[in-house]
Amino acid sequence: MTSATPGSSHVKEQMVGWAFKLCGLLSLFVTVGIAVVLFAEAAHFFGEVSVVEFLFGTEWTPLFTEKHFGILPLVLGTLLVSAIAMIVAIPLGILIAVYLSEYASARVRRSLKPILEILASIPTIVFGYFALLSVTPFLQKIIPGLSGFNALSPGIVMGIMILPFVVSLTDDAMTAVPHSLRMAAYGLGSTRLQVAFRVVLPSASSGVIAACVLAVSRAVGETMLVAIAAGMRPTFTLNPLVPVQTITAYIVQVSLGDTPAGTLEYRSIFAVASVLFVLTFILNMLAQKLRASFKFTYA
Amino acid sequence: MSNAFEIKNLNIYYNGLHAVKNVSIDIPHTLITAIIGASGCGKSSFLRAMNRMNDLIPNSRRTGEILFHGVDIHQPMMSEVTLRRRIGMVFQKPNPFPFSIFDNVAYGLRIQGMRDKATLDQRVEESLRRAALWPEVKDRLKQSAFALSGGQQQRLCIARTLAVDPEVLLLDEPCASLDPTGTARIEELLQKLEKEITIIIVTHNMQQAKRLSDTVGFFHLGELVEFGRTEEMFEHPRIQLTRDYIMGHFG
Ligand SMILES: Nc1ncnc2c1ncn2[C@@H]1O[C@H](COP(=O)(O)OP(=O)(O)OP(=O)(O)O)[C@@H](O)[C@H]1O
Ligand SMILES: [Mg+2]
Repeated sequence: MTSATPGSSHVKEQMVGWAFKLCGLLSLFVTVGIAVVLFAEAAHFFGEVSVVEFLFGTEWTPLFTEKHFGILPLVLGTLLVSAIAMIVAIPLGILIAVYLSEYASARVRRSLKPILEILASIPTIVFGYFALLSVTPFLQKIIPGLSGFNALSPGIVMGIMILPFVVSLTDDAMTAVPHSLRMAAYGLGSTRLQVAFRVVLPSASSGVIAACVLAVSRAVGETMLVAIAAGMRPTFTLNPLVPVQTITAYIVQVSLGDTPAGTLEYRSIFAVASVLFVLTFILNMLAQKLRASFKFTYA
Repeated sequence: MSNAFEIKNLNIYYNGLHAVKNVSIDIPHTLITAIIGASGCGKSSFLRAMNRMNDLIPNSRRTGEILFHGVDIHQPMMSEVTLRRRIGMVFQKPNPFPFSIFDNVAYGLRIQGMRDKATLDQRVEESLRRAALWPEVKDRLKQSAFALSGGQQQRLCIARTLAVDPEVLLLDEPCASLDPTGTARIEELLQKLEKEITIIIVTHNMQQAKRLSDTVGFFHLGELVEFGRTEEMFEHPRIQLTRDYIMGHFG
């Protein structure tokens, strides 16, 4: 017996619609909730520490007796590791994407993409130990002054870690470039290399830049790798050979420690997390804008 | 009258499909040759064979000989890159690069290594003038090519091709996506260019073929049915198939 009268199926449709809407709203609430808690706790922190000292101070010693809350060493540590990661991931990622989209045969493509996806599925903690136990000792043989904890090794490993991400997004952007542009370029007497680098890549530029921005955003937010291999010493430096601490690594340090809730040290992680939140939020917005303009170009 | 192309027993296959069947044809130098025929009869395939764009299509295969000014375009000494600079192509849908108007026209020169700003400026202007687009764009060369109308974009694509100074212009239904005004402007410009270069144009528009061309080739199911001077072909087609096709299209 079927009870599916037009009326009841309409009600069902509506209920399914509501269920989906609810799921959507839930994710929105969670995001807003996190932001509210973050900023509320951070507000308490700024009741005791001046915003100016926090943003422009060059010493970060919240766990010492003489406390300083200048976030710049953490910001610099974060940017240093991320920059090294980008130096590895962006050129290599773009080259691999160019190869995949312009040179590789369909068969090579089909077998190479899953390999990259496997690389993307390795837990970040594995990369952390890889950096600490393999890459750092190896680098120490080449660079004598390198300390056991440093920005260089996790930076390089992080670059390899986000490589699949850069490749995949860049490849998407390049394959979205209409075939007719390649034909126009060949018709003008371009070599394959010229088609790839002087037509397809520039035509995909906003998509490629979006990929890079998203990669930076991931690097900035990456935690386990740097917590393990970069050290826990906030240093106001751009020297990649000495230990540094990133924003995320500091949050791990305090969260895992026995800092009681409600103390200034405890609240400081909300303040630094807010900075991280704002930073990644801006990067993601920027990437989204770029991708939208890319889609618009070839709509 | 000299020939730009002498084509002998050209066959083109895609996988198992025999798209161009044993076509032999001599295409005269600095005249307009029109290629007509029903959809799917191999006109585009034939056109693409002449600057070796078919080589880019995987699974396409060719037999037969194409001589360009007496030289076999498939001989090992001939690079397809140089060949395509000498034999330019304009496509059915305008396909400007998402660059500025200037950069579009300068592209072909830059990939050949031309860097000098003054020469580039001069060559870009000259090409835009030849394509009858200069007055409309001279004040906005830095703007995106996408801001132009469809007809302007198509003339830009012609200018881009002319910039590298080709000896032949292959056009595959260049007016298919344009309105009558845009079409008229392109026809006017092709008639001017005819004095300098060889033009081969694929068209579905019989009036256009009649107005523009000096010689016409009629294709049917991959075969070249008839080839001759335009007036003769339209006044007294020798073959019934041609007569039916032309009559059908004049209504
Ligand atoms: N890249 C390709 N791969 C496989 N088959 C193709 C390819 N290009 C063309 N063909 C086939 O070859 C035949 C001739 O196609 P072609 O595009 O040359 O015809 P056409 O006369 O230009 O048609 P139209 O007037 O519709 O543009 C058609 O049957 C077509 O399906
Ligand atoms: Mg065609």
